[in-house]
Amino acid sequence: MHSLWLIPIFPLVGFLINGMLGRRFSKTVINTVAVGSVVLSFLWVLKALSALAPLNETYVEHYFTWISSGTLDIGFDFAIDRLTMVMLLVVTGIGSLIHVYATGYMAHEGGYYRFFAYLNLFMFFMLTLVLAANYVLLFVGWEGVGLCSYLLIGFYFLKKSASDAGKKAFIVNRIGDFGFSLAMFLIVISFGTLDFQKVFAKASTISPEVQYGSITTICLLLLVGAIGKSAQIPLYVWLPDAMEGPTPVSALIHAATMVTAGVYMIARSATLFERAPIAMDVVAYIGLATAVMAATIGLVQNDIKKVYAYSTVSQLGYMFLGCGVGAFSAGIWHVVTHAFFKALLFLGAGSVIHACAGEQDMQKMGGLMKKIPITFAVLFIAAMAIAGVPPLSGHYSKDAILMAAHARAPWMYWVGVVTAGMTAFYVFRSIFLTFFGEYRGKAHPHESPAVMWVPLAVLAVLSLIGGYAFNIPEFLSPVLPMHGGVHDESLATIATAAGLAGILLAAICYLFVPSIPGALASAFAPIYQTLYDKYYVDELYNVSIVKPIANGSREILWKGADVGVFDALVNGAGTTSMALGGLLRKMQSGNLRTYASWVLIGILLVMGGFAVYGGAK
Amino acid sequence: MPNVPVPLNYYLTLSAILFMIGAAGFIIRRNIITVFMSIELMLNAVNLTFVTFSYQFRQVDGHIYSFFVMVVAAAEAAVGLAIILTVFKNRSTLTIDDVSSMKN
Repeated sequence: MHSLWLIPIFPLVGFLINGMLGRRFSKTVINTVAVGSVVLSFLWVLKALSALAPLNETYVEHYFTWISSGTLDIGFDFAIDRLTMVMLLVVTGIGSLIHVYATGYMAHEGGYYRFFAYLNLFMFFMLTLVLAANYVLLFVGWEGVGLCSYLLIGFYFLKKSASDAGKKAFIVNRIGDFGFSLAMFLIVISFGTLDFQKVFAKASTISPEVQYGSITTICLLLLVGAIGKSAQIPLYVWLPDAMEGPTPVSALIHAATMVTAGVYMIARSATLFERAPIAMDVVAYIGLATAVMAATIGLVQNDIKKVYAYSTVSQLGYMFLGCGVGAFSAGIWHVVTHAFFKALLFLGAGSVIHACAGEQDMQKMGGLMKKIPITFAVLFIAAMAIAGVPPLSGHYSKDAILMAAHARAPWMYWVGVVTAGMTAFYVFRSIFLTFFGEYRGKAHPHESPAVMWVPLAVLAVLSLIGGYAFNIPEFLSPVLPMHGGVHDESLATIATAAGLAGILLAAICYLFVPSIPGALASAFAPIYQTLYDKYYVDELYNVSIVKPIANGSREILWKGADVGVFDALVNGAGTTSMALGGLLRKMQSGNLRTYASWVLIGILLVMGGFAVYGGAK
Repeated sequence: MPNVPVPLNYYLTLSAILFMIGAAGFIIRRNIITVFMSIELMLNAVNLTFVTFSYQFRQVDGHIYSFFVMVVAAAEAAVGLAIILTVFKNRSTLTIDDVSSMKN
């Protein structure tokens, strides 16, 4: 036994300690408990992995039978294979860094202990999700991270927009989770078990479904779950709003770990998806559409966190594209590199916001390069990484996905390349607007403390070498079959050139000829406005779904059914008995002779009854 | 004139009449003493019925019961009169409605 259960237990204990007693603790104690628990679980991951190396087989630990019903047996099992190992390292490693960063970022915020308690609880659920050896346990983690996401988005719960954003995230995710639970029911019906190994062992004997069948249905329903969690079209709307949460939360939950749970789940179910080509195509189309759409929105946003939020949606689209074209390991590779550079982007943005005293509008920044040089340096590295500049990390994973897409269908590759260009453009737009030119704000920017920039530096190093040093697809080849095209040098060059072109274009627009963006915006005003207003998707959902449901609930369910029927029934019972009581009350006059008369009348009635009908025989 | 027994109906009718007089007095009269006497009248009407049936069926049960009733009535008269005396001493009235404490 390697005591895998210790990995998620450390943060859970941290959550319990800080959650129950944190109010009385000093910040130092809270920091020690919160950061210490996550670092401990990171160390335990390392220890378990070194003990289990090279981990060619899946290693399972069975703790107890959780649900036993008929032939269905669901164990509380943790399993670890190479895919889990990658996710474990990302979650605990980046989680530790972000916890350290958060001790600096949140230093002046109220509810300090609450924040770290939630963050630790999130780590617990995320690690449960990753370690789970069956779909039900994965679902437990899946729901748990959703809960923590809700709690942390609405962390500033006095702010209406923040609590609304939390609710939105939770409700939108319910739609996806509904699909996921249906998928689990269907898996039980089709395979009679929910254990990963058993399901995949049975599935691997089935030949791929060319026509629509039960495996395709399962995969599509799993996809619905993944779409909700990983913010893909049409359920992506919650993620940009989720930026209401504190920035470390955006970095940890809404960029590096939780939102990639959908990709992880699809990669985990690769055996099923490979047998459902129709579902695979749907995955690829959704991923591609999301990547393009979110990138176009990201081009024109002015809120620095909104830009990175749409960038996250877009990059998640890339991962889905990778999975959809069969390159699951490339998708996971992008999960890893994206975790490096997107966590870095968000934490860097947090550092910028921190420096500008809470300002998030890039139009009120500028010229920060000299004032916060370290933040500038790390953000620049992250931007280069996401733009796909070789040899930084993003270059490798993005190339792997694009190659696989080209092997599947060349047009997918070209759409992906254009999106890569846009990605480079909007990221460097944010860099140029923030760090170059004249300072346009009012606050006095200052560099962040060391607890904040040291994690940034570590992430910057990972973003620099992450792609080159960790060849994830090769590492994952025992778990996830290698797919996709061979590495084509010219295709790779085109993709890189697209990224560089995007950077160049951003430099022209925002450094050398600053009049261009304004001129373009007014020349193509309708398009600009549509992009700026995010294609009016929120408005569309409001009119087509939210309003009808809200009005229907109010008019039919509340005023019609609840007030009209149920309240009327209950109140009717009350008023009827009161009226009856009122009648009977009149008999109790308090006058003794009246009572005597009642007695007499009663006796006479009884005796009259005996006289007429005869007594007992 | 042969020895013709008085028919049962006569006794019972007398008993019913006595009882109704007692009941009516109990309900209508306001003087406590009168009410008290009405109660005694009802008890004795019942006693008459007991004795009648006892004679009719040649059984002793009815007699025993009538004795019981008499004993209880005597005890009740003792207690009741004592109460009435106390009430009169405290309230200086014998009107039954004036001493009622039910409903205000």
